[in-house]
Amino acid sequence: MPKKVRIPTPLRKLTNNEELIEVNAATIGEAIVELQTRFPGIQERLVDEKGEVRRFVNVYVNEEDIRFLKNRETPLKDGDEISIIPAIAGG
Amino acid sequence: MKALKCRECGREYPLTATHVCEFDFGPLEVVYDYDHIKKSLTKAAIQSRPKSMWRYRELLPVAKDPTVGLQVGFTPLVKADRLAKKLGIRELWVKNDTVNYPTLSFKDRVVSVALSRARELGFDTVACASTGNLANSVAANAAAAGLKSYVFIPSDLEHGKILNSLVYGAHVIGIKGHYDEVNRLCAEIAGKFGWAFVNVNMRPYYAEGSKSMAYEIVEQLGWRLPRHTVVPMASGSLLTKIQKGYQELVKLGLASESETAIHGAQATGCSPISTAQKAGMDFFKPVKPDTIAKSLAIGTPADGFYALKVMKETGAAADDVTDDEIRDAIKLLAETEGIFAETAGGVTVGVAKKLIASGKIPRDDSAVLCVTGNGLKTLDAVDGYLGKPREIKPSLREFEALLAHEGKVNA
Repeated sequence: MPKKVRIPTPLRKLTNNEELIEVNAATIGEAIVELQTRFPGIQERLVDEKGEVRRFVNVYVNEEDIRFLKNRETPLKDGDEISIIPAIAGG
Repeated sequence: MKALKCRECGREYPLTATHVCEFDFGPLEVVYDYDHIKKSLTKAAIQSRPKSMWRYRELLPVAKDPTVGLQVGFTPLVKADRLAKKLGIRELWVKNDTVNYPTLSFKDRVVSVALSRARELGFDTVACASTGNLANSVAANAAAAGLKSYVFIPSDLEHGKILNSLVYGAHVIGIKGHYDEVNRLCAEIAGKFGWAFVNVNMRPYYAEGSKSMAYEIVEQLGWRLPRHTVVPMASGSLLTKIQKGYQELVKLGLASESETAIHGAQATGCSPISTAQKAGMDFFKPVKPDTIAKSLAIGTPADGFYALKVMKETGAAADDVTDDEIRDAIKLLAETEGIFAETAGGVTVGVAKKLIASGKIPRDDSAVLCVTGNGLKTLDAVDGYLGKPREIKPSLREFEALLAHEGKVNA
């Protein structure tokens, strides 16, 4: 079973409006590369020149922020759900 | 209003319900035509208008006259001499948003802007992710405006804050998780439903409402910038908007430029921004919150980077206080000034005390403390810490006996 990536609204123009994309990558870093091969341009939206996840992008694996896991090295297993979400103001 | 502009890359967007740059996810901000504003926004014009935040209307992002929250703002700026004496500083002011209309927190400022703008854009349903105060304000202001509302909160919020949303007939959804998880869910919901989410797709407009606190402080001080301002930080947005408000008044010639430091206050149990500031870093590490200051419990603060930048630019400091220090500060403010603040107010006063003691705010200077919410909403936080009333029968003898006993105790 592959892993699912939930694409946020601002990036759906790049995925032909698809909301859920399946990937086979073993880590978050690889998942971003895999998305890039299928949807050119998406990588630069998510990571900066050094390959780090941009500071206003939050990435979650099964609802846990990857900054509490292993960032780009966070391993993925079958059935994992990945969410990409812009940072939100306070409340 | 001219456009929305990305704070990171400067790309411009039309004035719709959208909040992040498609290219780098940077936050979008409203751009104004200050040369045009300068023509109508004079001191005389402002002073001739009703005492609400809307007297600075040209600097708030609505296209037509506002329709929601016309009475919000212009809360008292209290000269806090007794608190100043206790904290050991020459001059101290409390910007008292515990009595903001209608829901007793500064959030009414941002909500009146967000809902007025939401109506202009044709929405009939409004929503928010909230640590409590925002939910109260969205629920109340939506009710008064005849809009439907959905408010999403962590399910373990203070009882008072939950009732304070339910009473207005809002759809209140308690999420089993902390605020950052509520936020993540709401970002996903906002993408799916056609609602005006005040702190998601309406954020560029919403956040601007906070500037009104800065305008009022400056006007109430006699059109001058305070030397020091202490601001509580959750997402860090308020602190950045206070600076923007001060800068705009200088730009418009309504106040002269002067040194002004904008200090940040957090609770130790959720202090990603103050920890980074104290370590001299310009980025923060997200945390999992654990504090009684639930209204400030945001572990992944969206404006944390910008708040750190503002503190650096203005030569300001940040600090944080423990739950016990928060309770002590709530009591101190109440006993010296007669103002009962919620936990976030305890954070602001507690941190001000620390910054004065450490000399980061010099004792011979003047400071303004932004107290942003009312203590009646967070009674749980002080319950059990304030003692109890003594009970007697309705008898004069018993009362005299009680006084005599207390006299002995005091002596």
